[in-house]
This record gives sequence, C-alpha cells and structure tokens, in this order.
Amino acid sequence: MSRLDLVEEGTATTTGKGRLQRVPIPVQPPEERVDNFSEVSLGYSPEMARQEAARCLQCRRHPCVKGCPVGINIPSFLEAVAAGDFAGALSIIRQDNTLPAICGRVCPQEVQCESLCVLGRKGDPVAIGALERFVADWERAHPSCETGQTVKKATSRKAKVAVVGSGPAGLTAAAELSRLGYKVTIFEALHTPGGVLAYGIPEFRLPKSILADEFNSIVQMGVEIKTNVLVGRTLTIDDLFSKGFQAIFLGTGAGLPRFLDIPGEDLNGVYAANEFLTRVNLMKAYLYPQVDTPLYLGEHVVVVGGGNTAMDAARTAIRLGSEVTIVYRRTREDLPARKEEILHAEEEGVRFEFLATPVNIKSDGEGWVKAVECVKVIQGERLDNGRQSLEPIPGSEYLLAAESVIMAIGQGPNPIIAQTTPGLSSGDNGRIGVDAGTFKTSREGVFAAGDVTSGGATVIEAMGGGKRAARAIDHYLQRLRS
Amino acid sequence: MYKILAKDNIAPNIDKYIIAAPEVAAKTKPGQFVVLRLHEKGERIPISISDWDKEAGTITLIVQAVGHTTEQLAAMGVGDNILDLLGPLGQPAIIEPVGTVACVAGGVGTAIIYPEARRHREVGNRVLTLVGARNRECLFYQEELAATSDRVLVATDDGSYGHKGFVTDLLKQVIDDGTHLDHVIAIGPIPMMQAVAELTKRHEIKTTVSLNPIMMDGTGMCGACRVRVGDEIKFCCTDGPEFDAHLVDFASLLRRSRLYERTGFKAAIPAEDKAEGEAKGGECRCHG
Ligand SMILES: Cc1cc2nc3c(=O)[nH]c(=O)nc-3n(C[C@H](O)[C@H](O)[C@H](O)COP(=O)(O)OP(=O)(O)OC[C@H]3O[C@@H](n4cnc5c(N)ncnc54)[C@H](O)[C@@H]3O)c2cc1C
Ligand SMILES: Cc1cc2nc3c(=O)[nH]c(=O)nc-3n(C[C@H](O)[C@H](O)[C@H](O)COP(=O)(O)OP(=O)(O)OC[C@H]3O[C@@H](n4cnc5c(N)ncnc54)[C@H](O)[C@@H]3O)c2cc1C
Ligand code: SF4
Ligand code: SF4
Ligand code: FES
Repeated sequence: MSRLDLVEEGTATTTGKGRLQRVPIPVQPPEERVDNFSEVSLGYSPEMARQEAARCLQCRRHPCVKGCPVGINIPSFLEAVAAGDFAGALSIIRQDNTLPAICGRVCPQEVQCESLCVLGRKGDPVAIGALERFVADWERAHPSCETGQTVKKATSRKAKVAVVGSGPAGLTAAAELSRLGYKVTIFEALHTPGGVLAYGIPEFRLPKSILADEFNSIVQMGVEIKTNVLVGRTLTIDDLFSKGFQAIFLGTGAGLPRFLDIPGEDLNGVYAANEFLTRVNLMKAYLYPQVDTPLYLGEHVVVVGGGNTAMDAARTAIRLGSEVTIVYRRTREDLPARKEEILHAEEEGVRFEFLATPVNIKSDGEGWVKAVECVKVIQGERLDNGRQSLEPIPGSEYLLAAESVIMAIGQGPNPIIAQTTPGLSSGDNGRIGVDAGTFKTSREGVFAAGDVTSGGATVIEAMGGGKRAARAIDHYLQRLRS
Repeated sequence: MYKILAKDNIAPNIDKYIIAAPEVAAKTKPGQFVVLRLHEKGERIPISISDWDKEAGTITLIVQAVGHTTEQLAAMGVGDNILDLLGPLGQPAIIEPVGTVACVAGGVGTAIIYPEARRHREVGNRVLTLVGARNRECLFYQEELAATSDRVLVATDDGSYGHKGFVTDLLKQVIDDGTHLDHVIAIGPIPMMQAVAELTKRHEIKTTVSLNPIMMDGTGMCGACRVRVGDEIKFCCTDGPEFDAHLVDFASLLRRSRLYERTGFKAAIPAEDKAEGEAKGGECRCHG
C-alpha cells in the first residue's frame, strides 16, 4: 500500500514527515530500573500525547476498533486528545472501558487495536495504548473534571446480584450491573481485591495505586465488596441464592498453577510463578524483614515459560538481584508475552534459552535446587492448532546452574466452585461451560466470564466478557420479573 | 476483622482462642482449617478449626507458639482483632460408620483430632484415642477426648503421665493385643505420622493423615502446599489436608516444611520501598 492509499483510507489531509513514526514513550533507563520496583514506562507528556494522537488518519472504516475487544471508539478519542480535550477523550473511552488506566498499560496492543492500525502497514501504528493510559493518568492528576467517571448512585436498586471474584471480569461486571441499577456485592477469596492485577502483575508494570483508584471508583458507585470469602467453602452458590441474590456472576479466573511433572519439582526453591509473584506483589516479601512473609531466591534463577507470567517473574527476580534465564521450548517469535515486556526483559539483562525444555531438577543433596537439566528440542511438523510439534534431541542434555526455578507454564481454573455446586458442569480442563452470547452456565441464574470460561487470556477480554455477561444478567432478571 | 472473644493458656506455649467468625462457624466440618493474617504486614498462616459454635458464631483455634506469626498471635489478647481470616478451607474429613477407629494424635495434633473423634463417635464408630505429648504439662483436651472416645491412652516422652515413650508404641500395643482396627487417623508431627503409616501399612489398616505443609493463600492458587501422593501432585489446601497415609511421600513433605530455613535474595531493598515498609510501623524480624 502506498503513502497515497494511506491518505485515502483516512480523512486526514496532511501527511507530514513524522506521520509514520511514533513519538517515543519515555521509560526509566534499564540500568536504573533494575534496582527499583517503580513503573518502567513514564508515559507521555500532554504535548507528546497531542503530537502522537495527531498522527491518526481518522480512517472512515477505523479498522483499529475491530481489534479492541470492547470496541472503544478509537479515532474519536484520538481526535479529542489531538485537540487537547483530554477529559472529552476519557469520556469517550469510558463508554466502553471501565479500567482505562489498566488496559492502557497491560493490553497486548500489538495483537489487538494497534495490530490493525492502518499506519502500521508502512510505519508505526498509533500508540493507542499509551494514549489511553495518558488520558486516564491525566484524569487522576485532575480529579475534578467531568468524564463520566462519577456515576450517580442509583437510589432504587432492582435486585441483588452477587459477583464472585474481583479480577478484571468481576470488577467490570460489578460496575456494569451497578450502572444498570442493581445492588451488587463482590465476594473475593483473598484479602485484597484485583485478582491477577493485584497478586500477579508487578508494580513496575501496573502500580498498585492505580488499581486501588480504579477499584475505589467502583466502590463509589455503590458496589460492596467482601474479602476473605471463598465461595464454595465460606458460602456456597446455594447460600448466595438463599441470601436473596437473584443472579450470580462467576469471575473466578484461572488461578490454579500447573507443573511440568518432572523429577525434582518438589525440591525447595521450585516455585509456581503464582507463589513467587504473590509473595512479592501481594505479601511484599521484598520488604522482608519489615513484613512477615519471607522469600528465598539465590543467585541464579531459571524461569520456565514464555508468556507474560514468565516475563513478570523473570523481571521481578532481576530486581531482587538474581541472574535470570528464561527457558522456552519454542523460538523468540513464538513467545506469547506482550512485545514490550519481551523487549524490556532483554534490556534488563534476562537471558533466553530458546528451543529447550527442562527434564530434571537436580538437588544439592540437602533438598534444595542446584541445577536444571534441560534438553534441546527441534520443531517438527505443523499441528492442527497451527503450532509445530516439538521433539527432544537425544543426547543434547545440558545443565543450567540455579538455586531457584519458577514455573510459568500456564494455569487452569480452580475447581472449588465446580466441586461444591450441584448442577454446575465444567469441562475436562476444569473451565466452566457457558452458552456463547448468554454467558449462562448449566445452573439457572449463574453466569460466568473471564479466564474461568476461556482459560488464561487477557485483561481486556476478561473485562469484555464481564461487561457482556452483566448485560445478559440484566436481560435475564428483567425476563424473570415480567 | 475477627475479634478474639476469649483466650486461655492450656499448655506451655499453647493457647486456645475463641474468635468471632459467624460465616466460618456456620460451614465448618471436622478436618477443616482457616488461613489467617494478623495485620497489614502479616504473613498468611494455616490453623485447624478445633471447635465451632454455629449459634454463637464462633470458632475455636488451638495454637502453639512456634515462630514469628504464632508468637505475635500469642501476644494478642481478648478484644484484639485478627485482620483477615479465611475459611473453612480444605476437604472435610470423610467420616462414615466403619466399626473401630483409632485416632492417633501427637502434640498440637490433639486439637485437630478432637472434632474428628467426636464425629466418629456420633456416626457410631468405636473410638480409641491415643495421645502423645512431651510431658504431662503439655497434655490438653483430656476431658473432651475422654467424653468422645471409648478409650483414651496417653504416652509422654518423659513418662510423667501414661506410657513412657512414643504414641506409636501405644498403637503397636493396641494392634498386637489383637484389637481389630478398621481405620486409623494420625495427626501430628511429620515423623510421627510417617511412623504410624509404616506400622499400619504392615498390618494393612486403612490410614488417613492430616498434612501440614507450608501454605500461603489456602485456595489452590499458589502451589506452595503441593505434596506428592502416590503418582500425583496434590495441593494440600484444596485436595487435602487429609490423604491416604500409605501413599504420602513423607520425605518430600519433611524437606519442604524446612523451606524457611533459607531466606533472602541479593538485592538491597530500594531506599524508597524500604521507607514505605518502615512507615507502616513494623518491627525488625530476626529469623534463625
Ligand atoms: C503474571 C501474569 C501477568 C499477566 N499479564 C497480562 C498482561 O500484561 N496483559 C493482559 O492482558 N493479560 C495479562 N495476564 C492475564 C490476565 O491477568 C488474566 O487474563 C485476567 O486477569 C483474567 O481476569 P479474571 O477476572 O477472569 O480472573 P482473575 O484476574 O484471575 O481474578 C479471579 C479472582 O477470583 C478470585 N476467586 C477465585 N475463586 C474464588 C472463589 N471460589 N471465591 C471467591 N473468589 C474467588 C481470585 O482470588 C481472584 O481474585 C497476566 C496473567 C498473569 C498471571
Ligand atoms: C492445614 C494445617 C493446619 C494446622 N493447624 C494447626 C493448629 O491447629 N495449631 C497449630 O498450632 N498449628 C497448626 N498448623 C501449623 C501452623 O500453621 C504453623 O505452626 C504456623 O504456620 C507457624 O508459623 P510461624 O510464623 O509462627 O512460624 P515460623 O517458623 O516463623 O514460620 C515460617 C513459615 O513457615 C510456615 N510454617 C512453619 N511451621 C509450619 C507447620 N508446622 N505447618 C505449616 N506451615 C508452617 C509458616 O506458615 C510460615 O510461613 C497447621 C498447619 C496446616 C498446614
Ligand atoms: S482497551 Fe486495549 S485493545 Fe482496546 S483500545 Fe485500549 S489498549 Fe487497545
Ligand atoms: S488509529 Fe490507526 S486505524 Fe485507527 S483511525 Fe487512527 S490511523 Fe486509522
Ligand atoms: S496454599 Fe496455595 S495452593 Fe495451597
């Protein structure tokens, strides 16, 4: 596609020289940031944001919007940013997204909105995520503005709805239901709300103060939260119905860690990424002994996996002073993590071993990890799922020194609710089955969305699911009353 | 917040707490536990629910002060609040009419076995309770156990009460005397549970143990509590805490229970983060 075509696609009339190049986003230099937990990306200044937003061609067919799972009106919000109307931009975003400060930071934009940006064909796509983050942060700094953020508390609530889990799916469903006039109570097992946003994604990618603010705005809408309630144990689904909740939304995520099932996995020093990240993020073990939760890491850390979880674990371990190697069984191009996180991990000194997989974790003789034995693999024929088969190369075993090993190879849904709820069926992989479109589970009045139905996915998909499920619940409750 | 309504010292370093937790009390079954966190900077630790009262909305915890968090709890008193308390956690014990059961407890395991012994009695089983403790002073719940058991036998390490020796000696005696046991439940220190498992395996008596690996969330999310049972990795907090004693890999359990003998990482704590930690008013912890 030529430059001219690009102009035709859009309504913009000028194509300045800078049109194809993104305004760089300031970041903390790698050598500084490896010694702190502060946010890596510093975000745009207002001038930079206007300049970057002005690159948007305002395409009539706005393909970018199709790439956003919640369908934000991207060209309109970019137009407002370019015009310096940041409050206006934010109210456009808020029509479709409850948590812009979070999505702007953690969405895998390169495979979502930005992947379809017309400018990306010839140059850099518009930095949609960074601009979304910019306007959300701008509002935090200017709290008095009118952005649709402060929704009036509805006075007459139609019915009581319970939301189980306070990750992005649960929070979004709760906000939407509250906006629709329902009285919503969130039940969360942990002592802090947020799901993966609280215990998984580290401070240097998503500051906890941002999560706290987004959460508080949901509480201000009148949503109630009860922490320390494990649904299925403290209260069952039946208990919730008998307490007068007329519908229940399950947003319990996919928090059950998997292991490789190789020898030595029970040695001391082998962690599931969830344990390691929770110790650091939720329990703040990096402040030990000022907090009570300790952590042992050692000098060499091996992280197994290639997704966001692996990058987060590796970069956290780097900040705690270890030398870190990521072992991933496919190639760099196959890494499922966000592109930015891979780049940041490389800049921070994380080493990568591609086309290799651990087969044995060796003990130091006293029950602690001493090394990881890996084997090289080759990729073979393409499988039905589009990926290539993997074959270990006999005799290619080698040792990596390690005092800790962090397994970041994926998570499945927690079985507690399925086990304790009669009539709720779950699939082989433990996911809760729902009707596409209605989000109904096999149990009357119980709906689900987010990772518990999809398996590990993304924050924005969980939010999109939560929001659509909330509307399905509204529909269901209206039918129930009529 | 979960208020401590009563506290009683029942043995050296062992206190009994009655805590307001109506939702937990309403749901508890024998064999289950809670995870609690005392304050903002506290660690999450698991403690069994030793008794409960649905009407009063209370649970009873019996806690031995052995380390950092349990010592902080021991320093708390009636009227103080525990910040977070999650439960009841774990699968309830499977208690069915089977005939004769032996409840074998060591140390603070006595507190955990009590509600199970009581329930076994309720479903009609003949209950033999065997208790081991360091010395006479360390024994507790004797009246309660007497009331829920057909027979109670006691062993102390120093012989200050009952048999001098291990509780496993008592179990061996019972078996050697020709008492037919349909089920053995053993709860206590890992070496004691392992010894019971070895003994009953030889006699082919079905045996259940209640494991206590290190835990964090207690909801199946972190994997810290994983134990090898037969060919499988099980999460003690959601699959357990009770497992078939003859399948448990005790060596690995023991090894993993010493996880905190090593702590630390290389990085110096960044100054601003450190200041944050101190601002919240913590005290320095000396470990080991
Ligand atoms: C380390 C890590 C990094 C990630 N990075 C990214 C990223 O950069 N970008 C991105 O888009 N996605 C990322 N993801 C994926 C993303 O976080 C998830 O897809 C998303 O959080 C799913 O949201 P959810 O609301 O379905 O579930 P979760 O966020 O998992 O929340 C579920 C909540 O339910 C609670 N719960 C579970 N069971 C019960 C119960 N029985 N009773 C009460 N409460 C219960 C849990 O405690 C938890 O708080 C990452 C995931 C991880 C683990
Ligand atoms: C299912 C279950 C039920 C339990 N029930 C009881 C009970 O009813 N009464 C009682 O007194 N104790 C019980 N325990 C043991 C209790 O959890 C530990 O004594 C307590 O965690 C020690 O913490 P600490 O900070 O005082 O000790 P520290 O030695 O300072 O603890 C350091 C870390 O090791 C862990 N840890 C230390 N000892 C144990 C242990 N034996 N089991 C598990 N984790 C340990 C702690 O949780 C903490 O994370 C139970 C444990 C489990 C898993
Ligand atoms: S929510 Fe995510 S996908 Fe949608 S526009 Fe924002 S960054 Fe892009
Ligand atoms: S963001 Fe990209 S695709 Fe979307 S309207 Fe602007 S230039 Fe076109
Ligand atoms: S304590 Fe975390 S999974 Fe069991």
